[in-house]
Amino acid sequence: MPIEVNGKTLETDEEGYLSNLSEWTEDAAKVLAESEGLEMSDDHWQIVNFLREYYNEYQIAPAVRVLTKAVGKKLGKEKGNSKYLYELFPYGPGKQACKIAGLPKPTGCV
Amino acid sequence: MNETTGGIAMDDESEGTIKKFMYINRKAPYGTVYALEALEVVLIAAAFDQDVSMVFCDDGVYQIVKGQHTKFIDVKNFSPTYRALEGYDVEKLYVSKESMDERGLAEDDLLVDVEIVDNAKMADLMEDQDVVLSF
Repeated sequence: MPIEVNGKTLETDEEGYLSNLSEWTEDAAKVLAESEGLEMSDDHWQIVNFLREYYNEYQIAPAVRVLTKAVGKKLGKEKGNSKYLYELFPYGPGKQACKIAGLPKPTGCV
Repeated sequence: MNETTGGIAMDDESEGTIKKFMYINRKAPYGTVYALEALEVVLIAAAFDQDVSMVFCDDGVYQIVKGQHTKFIDVKNFSPTYRALEGYDVEKLYVSKESMDERGLAEDDLLVDVEIVDNAKMADLMEDQDVVLSF
């Protein structure tokens, strides 16, 4: 279902992931978050921005396990654990955070 | 015998047998889907806590050469993803020495840390696997 951001229509796939990565903006993230029933806090942004950096470097959306480990390495143990990430993104940090970050669904994620 | 772990230590939480999986990459990165598909399979399989290794031989060595530019063939350059393998705990990457030599490539030309082995050693490594998948 396409989403509407500042009067512009952005295409998504059938699960709501942006079709075109390059169309992502912070406003698009807010709209995507809203469709997930989430309000973006600084903590949400930190993970979303981390994911975008990860994608930029490796060209994939990481599996949750890998994301958790990488977050721990970069942002510290208190954030690099499932509990913290699932509190921010209750339906799965891989799925939800990737969607909000404008990335494709993580490889191997069903 | 069917419950053997092959001498591989298992961590406390895991149950079941850890098998040795080897993924052999033989084809050039672009032009067919083999390279990308193999990489995706490896990334997915990495979630199952198995003993995973990858081999690059024949034109498969081109999959991990530095400086790939795919803009003009209009496909995604997925070579940076090989650098993510370490984060997925896939750290055993073997490259055929003969395939490198035939193509005038050196270890410096590769974008990930690998172990370069000759074909005799490669055969031993393959012999040692539970599962060998060729792409």
